Amino acid sequence: MTASTHTGERLVDFGEVLTRYEPVIGLETHVELGTASKMFCGCATTFGAEPNTQTCPVCLGLPGSLPVSNAAAIEATIRIGLALGCRIAPWSRFARKNYFYPDIPKGYQTSQYDEPLCTAGHLDVEVDGETYRVEIERVHLEEDTGKNLHVGGATGRIHGASHSLVDYNRAGIPLVEIVTRPIPGTGARAPEVARAYVTELRDILLALGVSEVRMEQGNLRCDVNTSLAPIGSLEWGLRTETKNVNSLRSVERAVRYEMRRQAAVLDAGGRVVQETRHFHEDTGTTSPGRSKEEATDYRYFPEPDLVPVAPDAPWVERLAAELPELPAARRARLREEWGLSATEMAWIVNAGAVDLVADTVAAGATPADARKWWLGELARRANDAGVELAQLPVTPRQVAELTGLVAAGTVNDQLARQALDGVLAGEGDPAQVVEARGLAVMGESDELVAAVEAAIAGAPDVVAKVRGGKVAALGALVGQVMKATRGKADAPTVRRMLEERVL
Amino acid sequence: MSTPVPKDPPARQDTAGPGRDGTAGPGRDGTAGLGRDDVAHLARLARLALSDEELDHFAGQLSAVLDAVAQVGKADVADVPPTTHAVPLTDVTRPDVVAPSLPRDVVLAQAPAAEDDRFRVPQILGEEE
Repeated sequence: MTASTHTGERLVDFGEVLTRYEPVIGLETHVELGTASKMFCGCATTFGAEPNTQTCPVCLGLPGSLPVSNAAAIEATIRIGLALGCRIAPWSRFARKNYFYPDIPKGYQTSQYDEPLCTAGHLDVEVDGETYRVEIERVHLEEDTGKNLHVGGATGRIHGASHSLVDYNRAGIPLVEIVTRPIPGTGARAPEVARAYVTELRDILLALGVSEVRMEQGNLRCDVNTSLAPIGSLEWGLRTETKNVNSLRSVERAVRYEMRRQAAVLDAGGRVVQETRHFHEDTGTTSPGRSKEEATDYRYFPEPDLVPVAPDAPWVERLAAELPELPAARRARLREEWGLSATEMAWIVNAGAVDLVADTVAAGATPADARKWWLGELARRANDAGVELAQLPVTPRQVAELTGLVAAGTVNDQLARQALDGVLAGEGDPAQVVEARGLAVMGESDELVAAVEAAIAGAPDVVAKVRGGKVAALGALVGQVMKATRGKADAPTVRRMLEERVL
Repeated sequence: MSTPVPKDPPARQDTAGPGRDGTAGPGRDGTAGLGRDDVAHLARLARLALSDEELDHFAGQLSAVLDAVAQVGKADVADVPPTTHAVPLTDVTRPDVVAPSLPRDVVLAQAPAAEDDRFRVPQILGEEE
């Protein structure tokens, strides 16, 4: 069965694609490093600075300027390579990738070609309890481009624009490119494997502290390669390269869309054109982009202005020894510490709540309580609000405080949820909200004594039943008192007070 | 000014690139120098509009340059380790420290045209349909 998009592109149902074709995916991920200064000059890298206020003769490519490599960027690239199990090259060079485009002020991008810093690594990712090994082809260091702003066309798109405006603040910011080898054998899980890979990579980069990895700021950008081959075919199909995929969700959608589109092309007896395609966030579709210049058309040659990078072995060994605990190892350790099954841990991971739960435990909550709140009540609130868990206006420390109030008997679960309402509404920490809203469970106060006595006086028939031996009937009186105190009384306390007076 | 990149010509195998032996490459027909098609291709990549006369003219001139450089290939280098850089240094780096940038008015004074504090460039074609 096929469907059509609004642009008339024919699509095969995803499930049906898998009955005839086997996907192969591949990812090229660009990461802007979080260095203070640019790759080859001392210009600042501050995001959102006034246009063209962070440029100099080097990053503008003015005649006579000489680049000098940023030591921190080289170290960060090697650490990324080490975290991905790569071989670190003992000898590496920069190259000029020549092409003319307004966002490249120099007329070439300083990149690495045949001598990248890191090669032959791998990253294991897990989807639905199954582990997929993604082979890493290379990790190399280059520089980012400027930013074009298209004027005169609809919604800032290049199409129909009368001219473009360029801001070179971003030009020259260190950019690491991480390229996978083709990933076969993922079948129906191809879209999820692609997403899981980028997610895991992002978490590794965060753990290394080499980039802020804010996808919405373009710190992490993906090109997603997809191809289909008929099941049983010995050859892979021609691939498309979808650019401009800038969120985790989009990575998954882009692969899914390309699989459905390519299947329709192949079903109709057509050929998939090897091309660059653009991803459209709003519709989740892709469209053809520029015909890609062949690698030889970039006329790569060694950068004469930069000397080779030759990381010496003891330094690389030290960097390897000093790597922080990586996400996979951390998850395994936390699972052990928290006493969870693999499935329970997977729920936390899938909810994006590992850090939240860990921080809540660190703030004093039990693992069981932390997990219960984040995956239960808080997940529900996030879902209702349409935001990620981490975006809820409540901190792990506040959640820990809330669980502490429950454990101490200050509030019960129902009152705790009301206290959470207050925290989310910005009324302060849980204890403050409990105080301000008067949510604390009532002790044996005069008010509670009065409510208990009123309940007894108001139901002589129930009292008679209880005294006649039907002790279970006491429950009705407990309910009366709870209702009269709007849930703020502690039910066991109320029961005890009733028993003292009735029996 | 950028122009659309036309359909690629037949795959070229001999464009100089890293990893090669450093000699000036022969043309794709196996003879020394650049052919007219090679020059036309390079001109397209460089966004240069050349007339037929200019193509012939530059093909001749560039071939002469390449022929001159190709003499390096005659040197006996069997016992010479490959040289990757003219300067016998590695790992020249700078610490990750911010240095002042140029004032924006100075930067934009270099631009052929400026608008909204940005470099103004003509319509970019050939990127997206």
